[in-house]
Amino acid sequence: MALYEGRGMASVNYPIGMNLGGDPSQALIHSNPDGKFTVALSAIDLGQGMKQVSRQIAAETLGVPIEDVYVDTADSDTGPHDMGSFASRGTHRMGNAVIAAAREARGVLLEAAAEELEVSADDLVTDGRGNIHVRGAPSRSITVKATALAAQFKQGRTIAGRGIFLIPLSAVDAETGEMNPNTAFAHACLVADVSVDDETGEVTVLRMTSAYELGRVINPRMVEQQLAGGAWMGISHALYETPEPYYPDPEHGPRDFNEYLMPGPGDIAPYHVTVLERPAPDGPFGGKGPGEMCANPVLPAIANAIYNAVGVRVDELPMTPEKILRGIKANGGVRPQPRRGGPANWR
Amino acid sequence: MAKHPVQFRLNGSDRATFVDGAENLLNTLRRGLGDFAPKYGCGQGTCGVCTVLVDGEPHLSCLTLAVACEGRHVETASGMADGPDFHPLQAAFMDHFAAQCGFCTPGMLTAARALLAKNPNPTRDEVVEAISGNICRCTGYEPIIAAILAAAGSSGARRA
Repeated sequence: MALYEGRGMASVNYPIGMNLGGDPSQALIHSNPDGKFTVALSAIDLGQGMKQVSRQIAAETLGVPIEDVYVDTADSDTGPHDMGSFASRGTHRMGNAVIAAAREARGVLLEAAAEELEVSADDLVTDGRGNIHVRGAPSRSITVKATALAAQFKQGRTIAGRGIFLIPLSAVDAETGEMNPNTAFAHACLVADVSVDDETGEVTVLRMTSAYELGRVINPRMVEQQLAGGAWMGISHALYETPEPYYPDPEHGPRDFNEYLMPGPGDIAPYHVTVLERPAPDGPFGGKGPGEMCANPVLPAIANAIYNAVGVRVDELPMTPEKILRGIKANGGVRPQPRRGGPANWR
Repeated sequence: MAKHPVQFRLNGSDRATFVDGAENLLNTLRRGLGDFAPKYGCGQGTCGVCTVLVDGEPHLSCLTLAVACEGRHVETASGMADGPDFHPLQAAFMDHFAAQCGFCTPGMLTAARALLAKNPNPTRDEVVEAISGNICRCTGYEPIIAAILAAAGSSGARRA
């Protein structure tokens, strides 16, 4: 028995949202009489941070403290329409819709404040701490709360905003086939180091190193968290997940999600992520979104690392010990490939 | 079918209720006593989200008969915070972003609490072993392991 180490890499150009246009998201924002704002979305937070990111974007655009913004994603029957939380579209599509709604609501908020202060709304600014004042004259001010109360009970005005983000359908040029399928791409490169046991066919991921370019990172800790969890899912897709991982006969396979094989806390690999920011021109504050690409490059990088280690190309997922052993047998033995990157980069 | 009276301490308070003989502790806690911290996941003892402490030992409440807890002390994640003050494990889970969807979190906290009560300064391998019966499908486990190790490091203020 021997352990063979290999290194593989993969790069991704990842389109954000559904291609070819369409793909709308709507947001509605209104102020309550106490000056707190509710953002209504039908996009769902699966734990990836949709609510937090929408809250940050709304507070920043409205010019109010973040604790005064509540995001409600409770009900897609009664909420504004949204295509959904998929295709890594959340931050980009919902974020843009939230900005549009927050701008409109902010406009009404400033008009209501202007009426109370007897000035022009164009001369008003927010301090982000719950106050609205005349530009250059902080003493001429009113709180957001007092403004909301006045709008509700004195002026009879609704402080609210509507937002939608829709990319027009991309037409295809009949002559050339040319079109503009997508407006924002995120990018990543990931290097995986593995060891392969030539007797059992088992693969151990030793470490992974990656760089992700995601546009403006709106919440850095949540992005890191999502990238780490997604990389674990990538390892799971690459090496574990199938209804019959080690058994040709489905009778012996898992019967439910309890027996469905995924890596446990003892199977994880050290993972280093570098996040690069290149703001997208049409993203909310330049944001694109990590989403599915957290997992995507892990699979080809591990496949390449296995090939590098023992010379076996597994082209079906997951890359189980059985498939690797069959490959080694078909090749008449292991065939370690040259190591790229030179000895200096090699452990 | 006759109901059985059962009394035990739940997070330091004496509680009493009536249960069916075959009723599991998870059902009693959630439906009978309104403690929703332990979750119903697989219902067959493999996912760990229903983990509670019985006399300080981690138990899967979906596989534990409620009547077997008579006179014992049951602790759930609901009892970890002291008023507005989080338990050091809860604070560490927040600081390390050790939850995404949050469904596994009460079980993870409870498994970690049992570990640290016995072994205040665990190694990484011991932490991995302690949570190996708890499934997480979001975080990739690393933030959870880091949070537990950090909480162990902040042992000065730790309660059992």
